[in-house]
Amino acid sequence: MKDINQDGTICTPHHKTNILHLGLWTLAWLASTALLRFGAEYIWDYQPAYSIAALMTHLALGVAMIMVNVKHLANLDELQRKITMDAMGITLGVGLIAGIAYEQLEDIKLISFEPEINHLIMLMSITYIISILVGNRKYK
Amino acid sequence: MKNRLKVLRAERDWTQADLANALAVSRQTANAIEKGKFDPSLPLAFKIARLFNLTVEDIFIDDEHT
Repeated sequence: MKDINQDGTICTPHHKTNILHLGLWTLAWLASTALLRFGAEYIWDYQPAYSIAALMTHLALGVAMIMVNVKHLANLDELQRKITMDAMGITLGVGLIAGIAYEQLEDIKLISFEPEINHLIMLMSITYIISILVGNRKYK
Repeated sequence: MKNRLKVLRAERDWTQADLANALAVSRQTANAIEKGKFDPSLPLAFKIARLFNLTVEDIFIDDEHT
């Protein structure tokens, strides 16, 4: 059984399952990021064995998340895939250009604080969301 | 690239959702192809042609040769 959403996006049970899997694996990866960041400090007092285990779990979940994302992409139709791939390309470009420029800011004394990766991730997330919205609007 | 999808669909009294279902694509994609905003891949173009029992050239019109 195949449903068409009001916005015109296709929604088969298979498609819904893929999105659910992608969401769950992303949540698991985020949880492992938090565990890696705060576990050492608050739970296992920087014991290397636990930190290495947490790091390995984090990396394994990251790989799983990438594979689920690839599967999700493969199940999109060709226009949806084009919109997603275009958004990914723009995000990668913005991330690279802005990331390098941002990293230089402290070196050339334009900012007094150390650039943080979190700011770059936020910029890339916003860029990706805007690119997806613009892409969907373009082909509406 | 222009096409005759809207006419062909109307002849069969199909909605865009019907066409999208028959092609296993989203309605957004069916609509974008119909309006000429998105050119389908060769496999999808052949699938469309098979659906209407026509050739690809009967449905899609190359703008450069019109």
